[in-house]
Amino acid sequence: MAESTVILEELNRLAPPAELRRAPVVENNRGLGALTDKLSEFAEGKIPRWWWILFIPSAFCAMVVLPMALIYQVSTGVGVWGNNQPVAWGLDIVSFIWWVGVAHAGTLISALLFLTRQHWRTTIGRAAEAMTVFSVMMAGLYPAIHVGRAWFDWFMFPIPNSNGLWPQFRSPLMWDVFAVNTYLMVSTLFWLMGMIPDFAVMRDRAVTRPRKFIFSLLAMGWTGSARQWHHYEKAYVVLCGLCTLLVFTVSSIVGLDFCTSMLAGWHATIFPLYFVIGAVFCGFGMMLVLLVPLRKWCGLENIITMSHMDKVAKLTLVSGLIIAYIYAIEFFIAWYSGDPYERWVFGHRLFGHTYWFLGWTLIAVNVCVTQLLWFKKIRANLTALFIIGVLINIGMWTERFVIVVGSLYQDFLPANWGKYIPTRWDVALYIGSLGAFFMMYLLFVKFLPLVAIAEVKGATPQGNPHHPLGGAKGKP
Amino acid sequence: MIFPKWTNQIPFLIPIGLALVGGAVAAGVTVYCTPKNTRVGYQPVQPVPFSHAVHAGQLGVDCRYCHSTVEKSWFSSIPAASTCMNCHSLILKDDPRLALVRESFTNNTPIPWVQVHIVPDYVYFNHSVHVARGFSCVECHGRVDQMDEVHHAKSLSMSFCLDCHRNPAAFIRPPGKVTDLGWQWSTNAAEAAKLQEVNGKNFVHDWRVESLQSCSACHR
Repeated sequence: MAESTVILEELNRLAPPAELRRAPVVENNRGLGALTDKLSEFAEGKIPRWWWILFIPSAFCAMVVLPMALIYQVSTGVGVWGNNQPVAWGLDIVSFIWWVGVAHAGTLISALLFLTRQHWRTTIGRAAEAMTVFSVMMAGLYPAIHVGRAWFDWFMFPIPNSNGLWPQFRSPLMWDVFAVNTYLMVSTLFWLMGMIPDFAVMRDRAVTRPRKFIFSLLAMGWTGSARQWHHYEKAYVVLCGLCTLLVFTVSSIVGLDFCTSMLAGWHATIFPLYFVIGAVFCGFGMMLVLLVPLRKWCGLENIITMSHMDKVAKLTLVSGLIIAYIYAIEFFIAWYSGDPYERWVFGHRLFGHTYWFLGWTLIAVNVCVTQLLWFKKIRANLTALFIIGVLINIGMWTERFVIVVGSLYQDFLPANWGKYIPTRWDVALYIGSLGAFFMMYLLFVKFLPLVAIAEVKGATPQGNPHHPLGGAKGKP
Repeated sequence: MIFPKWTNQIPFLIPIGLALVGGAVAAGVTVYCTPKNTRVGYQPVQPVPFSHAVHAGQLGVDCRYCHSTVEKSWFSSIPAASTCMNCHSLILKDDPRLALVRESFTNNTPIPWVQVHIVPDYVYFNHSVHVARGFSCVECHGRVDQMDEVHHAKSLSMSFCLDCHRNPAAFIRPPGKVTDLGWQWSTNAAEAAKLQEVNGKNFVHDWRVESLQSCSACHR
């Protein structure tokens, strides 16, 4: 013990000055055992009151509003929505893009930051992945019913059939089907596989038999042997690689749905990048919304530290700046192209009628509000971060509305102009999907390991074999 | 230990089980749920036991004698009893099998024939355009001249239509031979195939056979 104290002192002497040191991943770290207790206690404890207060309305939206909206729309037809010519893509597609976007930050945090060895991701990675999985599920719901005849959804897949039908592989809408399904599959796999060691922890700590049964089933016989860890780590890296690619491909393809159409406001080469960055930006906004209450209510202040919140806020700022740049480029290209239709559409985004205020909303929120994150005081203020997160989500939802509806409602021929006003069923579906998302997320928060226990422990000094606290002997 | 050791095999058994069940379901659907099974062989009982084998095959009555609108209309008409009575006022004129035909002729009521070949309402099919460009009755209806009572010989599924629409040259024939159901380019199979290949291409080109494949060609 005396020897390791000596080494620790030596380490402290060699370490950089305090202002240059990295913040520890876990604050008030009292060892691995205490960490395990801390991280699993929420999933094992009693259900707190705030959970019920949030869960009951979410479950109502998910189990009553959503089925009602779905059953009425599927049995009656898409006519119950406000969609019609010329605005054939309404709230359904707006919400689809929004949900896909929310998913992206989760993958970026859990996969890209893993490949770049950012240890702080371990504390929020699991929560982010869950956000990804549930929001991709919600995203997938929309195109499936947007087609109008949901019972023909199988037409979208290459299933040999006596109709001689085959998907049109030259259409980006087709690529969308594969992109979103791949995304759902890979991110679910990644999420579930990442939880296996933690399921084993929950299994070993379980006291009741049903609990032991369920977590034994989920842990799939995990013993934590060196061989299992070896395989696990390999699979994890492979899935991370796949997920990282998916961050860029899925929203690019959603962007291609638009930019392959010959419509002013859509037909722009910047769209794939635009959608990827917009997705990541929106997802970081959602991360802020979810993390701020979670860390407080689940007692994770020492795990999801202010330094981590600061980093998420900085990433939000970076993606927000790229978004602002893309907005500027969009307007510039519209002017520079000299195309009268292009100019008309972009002029009308801010100075047209019906939807002009949405154009200003998105500039006010996505461009102006984001700039607040430059200030350290704002980044350290959780209430401010929460509000900014909510605003970014509203702003990004507005952006998709402006792109989808704002380009469609007044196209080339004035005789074709029209308007799109969402009906109550458009709104009910959106509220229902929000409810379903939060219901699943709350279930995850309460009953599954919300923080990756094994990964966090690996990011502490005690989990580092080369650190004196982790058992290293001799001079550093 | 909650689970006994044999449960380790479950992960391997699940894919095998799924493959077996999935394969059986896929094979079952392919065989039993497609028009090849649900339509082919359909032979309703007709009010009058009219034999195409006798009339079209043995006697050599041209299809168009009875189905007279096939060259002019999208619809190939079913003959009125008066068409039958052209001959049957003299031949078999007291035969009990023809009682319904005579009754129909006298009372001016239609014979309740049961339709065998039918395409759904959302499919537009035009007989005249196919017949005029040299596509024989036999391609869709089979050897009706060899059937006593007509049965559904081909599947008439969408892929059945597309097989021809994607390669009309393999099925086209001289327009004069459209109602000659047993007609071949040659009795020698190899030679027939060769002639079909050469002439088929020329016919499709010369007669501007469009063989549309757009959705709205049939689903209007």
